[in-house]
Amino acid sequence: MRKPLLDIQDLTVEFATRHGTVTAVQRVDLQLHKGETLGIVGESGSGKSVTSYALLRILDRAGRIASGSIVFGGVDIGGATERTMGEMRGRELSMIFQNPRAALNPIRAVGRQIEDVMIQHGLATRGNARAKAIQTLEAVKIRDAEQRYHAYPFELSGGMCQRIVIAIALACRPQLLVADEPTTGLDVTTQKAVMDLIVELAAERQMATLLITHDLGLAASYCDRIVVMEKGKIVESATTEQLFARPRHPYTQRLMRATPRLDAQVSDLLPLDDSRRVIPSQRPAGPPLLEVEQLVKTFGKRDSADAVRAVDSLSFTVHEGESLGLVGESGCGKSTTSAMVMRLLDPTSGSLRFAGTDLATIPAKAFARHPLRSQLQMVFQDPTDSLNPRWSARRSIADPLMRLGKLSRQDRYRRVEELAERVGLPGELLDRFPHQLSGGQKARVGIARAIALNPRLLILDEPTAALDVSVQAVVLNLLVKLREELNMSYLFISHDLNVVRLLCDRVMVMQAGQIVEEGPTARLLSEPAHPYTRSLLEAIPHPPAMPATLPPPLKESA
Amino acid sequence: MTTLTADGASPLAGVRRFLRHLLYVMTDNPMTAFAFMLFLLIVGAALVGPWLVPYDPLATNAGSTLQPPSWQHWFGTDQLGRDVFSRVVVATRLDLMIAVSAVAIAFVVGSTLGAIAGFYGGWAERITGRCMDTIMAFPLFVLAMGIVAAAGNTVENIIYATAIINLPFYARMARTEVAVRRNAGFVQAARLSGNADWRILAFQIFPNSLPPMMVQISLNMGWAILNAAGLSFIGLGVIPPTPEWGIMVAEGANYIISGHWWLALFPGLALMLAVFTFNLLGDGLRDLVDPQRRT
Repeated sequence: MRKPLLDIQDLTVEFATRHGTVTAVQRVDLQLHKGETLGIVGESGSGKSVTSYALLRILDRAGRIASGSIVFGGVDIGGATERTMGEMRGRELSMIFQNPRAALNPIRAVGRQIEDVMIQHGLATRGNARAKAIQTLEAVKIRDAEQRYHAYPFELSGGMCQRIVIAIALACRPQLLVADEPTTGLDVTTQKAVMDLIVELAAERQMATLLITHDLGLAASYCDRIVVMEKGKIVESATTEQLFARPRHPYTQRLMRATPRLDAQVSDLLPLDDSRRVIPSQRPAGPPLLEVEQLVKTFGKRDSADAVRAVDSLSFTVHEGESLGLVGESGCGKSTTSAMVMRLLDPTSGSLRFAGTDLATIPAKAFARHPLRSQLQMVFQDPTDSLNPRWSARRSIADPLMRLGKLSRQDRYRRVEELAERVGLPGELLDRFPHQLSGGQKARVGIARAIALNPRLLILDEPTAALDVSVQAVVLNLLVKLREELNMSYLFISHDLNVVRLLCDRVMVMQAGQIVEEGPTARLLSEPAHPYTRSLLEAIPHPPAMPATLPPPLKESA
Repeated sequence: MTTLTADGASPLAGVRRFLRHLLYVMTDNPMTAFAFMLFLLIVGAALVGPWLVPYDPLATNAGSTLQPPSWQHWFGTDQLGRDVFSRVVVATRLDLMIAVSAVAIAFVVGSTLGAIAGFYGGWAERITGRCMDTIMAFPLFVLAMGIVAAAGNTVENIIYATAIINLPFYARMARTEVAVRRNAGFVQAARLSGNADWRILAFQIFPNSLPPMMVQISLNMGWAILNAAGLSFIGLGVIPPTPEWGIMVAEGANYIISGHWWLALFPGLALMLAVFTFNLLGDGLRDLVDPQRRT
């Protein structure tokens, strides 16, 4: 057998914290050969990123490699001096980070940043660095590389920034590329372009790639082998085909089940014996609840050259009890639309008829005390950001009841308990602060707050985008259940067609402020008429279908 | 039973949680504990000092002038035979009172103006910003001198002058802290819950902006003490024979040349200790009010 390029044996990483030592990675073994793509899949807190940080020796001060060895191309990384590591990083081992904008220096032209790396490692001189940097930019398929050389990160889109980060990472032709969630936060079509680029460049240079991701679909599409991590341990390691054909570990099976796929219903995301499963019933839509007509929002001075039409003559209807999906990529105007419907933002023109009243005539400022305020509520994208960090969960849920509820103190207390129970939040968590709650628990607090006033229309702005798939599965089922129990209408905003499909009766696809296609979910997704819808659908990485019969799971403790 | 615990039991639980957290902050960082001890000492001296001191700080004694430190007079006596130790301890109250009032006024007015500017932006922001810039354009101590000289030599005017020169720091800090949270998710959520703008600003955004301001308050306290003492030192503000650190240093300075060093040294040390305490306390205070550190 040939010698692996990277050989990690028995790696354990520990962090010193306020509450003693925490083991983030426990006895991990990994081998990676030249030219191979290995995926590390796991949910937040599984230790997948920490493993890669240990590999590059960029753990923060509290973390240390407690035991085990990391050997890369014959060099013992665990015992290498900082000087050796400095030379290795960038030249032999490179990394692509999650947030491309944060990884780039905001006040330095991107071309310069590529030059810096090459000059640092002696691969270019001041004289020829510029030409080489432009070559590198062309290699990552940036058009007009000559002009882009002078661009600053803020002038480029997220996808472009990630290309620059890739260009920097690959400038010195490293042997190993570590990609830590390289496409999180990017649109699906951009994600596809970026991932295709990484794979293509890796193949061209015979480079080994370590792809760290939470998305099984992405790993399935691009990796040769996959290791699954849970709570700091590797629970399963197999080739991609094997893993999807015969997932052995119960955690892998749970993860595969929770990943939305083409043929799944919302209840399929949870195991058969899970009490939180909900099978949606088909119900005819009621009379129109919200009618939006010719809605326009222009930013910038009106009639001036740089006025931007974020939302352009939008018309749609949400019926009572219906769940309508609004899909589009970032910048298409979907968030502006939701802010206008929620009456947080005043439209430039157009009407918003909600239950017979034209809301567009009421200024957003005055709407806070309007009787219809309680009828329109929203669940936010980022559960952490949407909770006041100084308030306990109880206080956050009680807030709308205090302002608009007109309940006595005792009734309010009871109502909060009831809401917590309804969204499946254990009562003892109500007195905790947001930073003491997990992502899923914070999402529940947000949902409980939104339904506290029995709204008729709930806008869900990517409510599961920040959650792990297993938590997303539970939250999606909860949302289906709540809609049926409380007879609410949903306007579900998302970039993920797979998730929209699970929750919506009807879908609208939005591009550049306009709706390009609209129709019943099943038809729109199976026979998309508009090329944009088709490109969106094609860009989603799909995990292979679940095997009809799963092999008997190994013992969980194994 | 349970209904009573709704909001009723939370103050008690809150106090207990706060005390536990206080203990943690103290044990986690010994410097904070040390600063806190000093702080208690200073506050104690300010509150009960006048009843504890061995001599009347104003009583002159022609028989024992300019005595060096001894068991009878720990810090010696001054040119009029007054006990320097008693005067230093009694002066704590006045100096601390000036600093606390000045910082309190600066904090309340400055952070209110800053918070409004940060939340509403536009004209509110422009006007406040330019006013603060105008204050900052003067050398601050000279501005304070000017204010006291123009308005009159009283303790109140020292307080107002110190407050005015501290205003811009709070206004700027509050403006930034509020502005970054203006469009946070929890603010949008509060709008959906039917909160009026002022309520969101006062009860949601402002408390979240407090931790860095706490540090500013503590640093400013030291500075305000120094400022008040400085004004008295140059003869503005507090009028002799009132015991005040700045005046005592000023009077004592004349005697250093003749070898009577204790007159200026001890009030000077007291001044240094107070400033040192408040500077050290700043970091501890931030830990205390930051909910992220409370587990």
